Amino acid sequence: MGYNCVVCIKQVPDTGKVTGDAMKADGTINRAALPAIFNPEDQNALEAALKVRDQHGGTVTVITMGLPSACAILREALMCGADKAYLVTDRRAAASDTLATSYILAQAVKMLKPDLVFCGRQAIDGDTAQTGPQIAEKLGATLVTYLEGLEIKDGYAYATRNIGTGTEKVKAKLPALFTVMEKCGELRPFEVRRAMKYKKARAPMELSKETAEADYAALKAKGLDIGQWSLDDIACDLTRCGKAGSPTLVNKIVNVVLSGGEFQEYQPTDEDVGRLVGSLIADHTIG
Amino acid sequence: MDRSKGEVWIFAEQEDGVLSDVALELLGKGRELADKLGVPLAAVLLGSGVEGLAAKLFEYGADKVHLVDDPKLAHYQNLSYRETMIELIREVQPQICVYGATFLGRDLAPSVASALRCGLTADCTELTIGDYTDPATKEEFKNLLMQCRPAFGGNIIATIVNPRNWPQMATAREGVMKMLDPAPGRTGEIVRHAAKCLETLELPVEVLEVVRAAKSVNLKGARVIVAGGAGVGSKENFKLLHELAEALGGTVGGTRAAVDLGYCEHERQIGQTGVTVRPALYIACGISGAVQHLAGMQESQKIIAINTDKEAPIFAVAHYGIVGDLAAVLPKMIKAVKAKAL
Repeated sequence: MGYNCVVCIKQVPDTGKVTGDAMKADGTINRAALPAIFNPEDQNALEAALKVRDQHGGTVTVITMGLPSACAILREALMCGADKAYLVTDRRAAASDTLATSYILAQAVKMLKPDLVFCGRQAIDGDTAQTGPQIAEKLGATLVTYLEGLEIKDGYAYATRNIGTGTEKVKAKLPALFTVMEKCGELRPFEVRRAMKYKKARAPMELSKETAEADYAALKAKGLDIGQWSLDDIACDLTRCGKAGSPTLVNKIVNVVLSGGEFQEYQPTDEDVGRLVGSLIADHTIG
Repeated sequence: MDRSKGEVWIFAEQEDGVLSDVALELLGKGRELADKLGVPLAAVLLGSGVEGLAAKLFEYGADKVHLVDDPKLAHYQNLSYRETMIELIREVQPQICVYGATFLGRDLAPSVASALRCGLTADCTELTIGDYTDPATKEEFKNLLMQCRPAFGGNIIATIVNPRNWPQMATAREGVMKMLDPAPGRTGEIVRHAAKCLETLELPVEVLEVVRAAKSVNLKGARVIVAGGAGVGSKENFKLLHELAEALGGTVGGTRAAVDLGYCEHERQIGQTGVTVRPALYIACGISGAVQHLAGMQESQKIIAINTDKEAPIFAVAHYGIVGDLAAVLPKMIKAVKAKAL
């Protein structure tokens, strides 16, 4: 029998390429100023789901929440082997913190009634690692964090998880949600034929307004439609979404003023380096 | 209940009957917060046969220990710990609850926050008490938990508040908060709770095997740390850092960038999302000095920065600086150290 797998993925600013205008005055991220990528551990999460499908059959569906531009990573996921992709997009979801985000994503995941849900352990733009565990709590799914290896047997998940001080092997009841670490394996490369095909996949909001309906129907006929959900489509309680559903508020943002003690500069010469080492020995810092 | 009278809680993480360091560190910070608010500081201790650990929690600053001792809590798993925490929080109504940002804490805290629909700020580098006015409603809130964390971008610290949905919850990494010196003989009140939720709870996870890995890198205990960033340039160049560390009897660490680039292992990562260290000597090689990294090392007693960019922020926290190429400077330093025969 096959398993229905859902993978929650996120488009993130590439924090490796931060420039000065990366933050807006209100303390939120200026996403426009940075290149956007498929969050690394979410790629590992997709790979873990594809492996389950390789072995047992079933389906792999990817979901992301964001602006229509986030469809770029949904297309990447389709090219790598995902069967179906959904974009959750709604202005009223803006400014959601992790609690509101996990609520919205949980509502979307519920639509698909999966056996297995995969999330990356954390996204590189915030590193909070909160959304996965919070989705699991809302779904009532068994939470298995820090996944490093997975086998499904007799309707149970046999998982190896990192526990910081070592590893743990567990047998977990389904449905289960896994937060996935790099060790689960690098995302397989595009298949050329799939890449050619799915680069044309679009969500309705990416289409020009006048012809959207007809164009989307044409895409659908070819299996190139990216599903699109508003908060209403997934039956969200609006008081739990966006700013209204976010208990955490940014109070203030301060620029960091760096200050040290006395500063002494040494030249990169044998004499100066020798003097520096000598003074560290003299004051018993080393030796 | 007047919620401003609520206790300050720290989650007393233990594994196999041993308290984690981070629990004791959080007590140090918790003491400060509780004194400022004029409320008791309590540790929440869950496990099986762990009552004996309460004495240590009192010595490190707790006024109370909320204890749930139950065989179902013998080994950590999300559901049993989560449901127990939720039941305790609903019953006692603390105003603040802080967890260590360990593997366990980062599994537990978000799911508790999810069920209670309260906020949670991850990886705080400072926690204080302060007032807040909502800019939209002009509503004033007194004595909130100010949760500070370096935010994305690197040059700013964001302060987060949860004015309305209590308890106010946060996590802090190991090594970030300072543990108090223990007060031998200091004691307090043990409050035993029977978690009703455990009676009927069916655990969805069965632990089949636990393999503890010997810790091969001990950054926290190192007197000297030689750390590298993206500026080191290659894994090959990182060998120079190992060589210098060996000559000094120290340990090698790295920035997140160095880890991401594959220059060094993840367990060597120093900074907000890695380990926080306070060695006697920190030698920063090719590290520009992003706030997230500085958060993990700026309390080192002596900092030497070596960087080709004389404008790099790392020089602002350093005590000694050498503007120059690592490939040239490090061999000189290794030679000088060896010549002095430490």
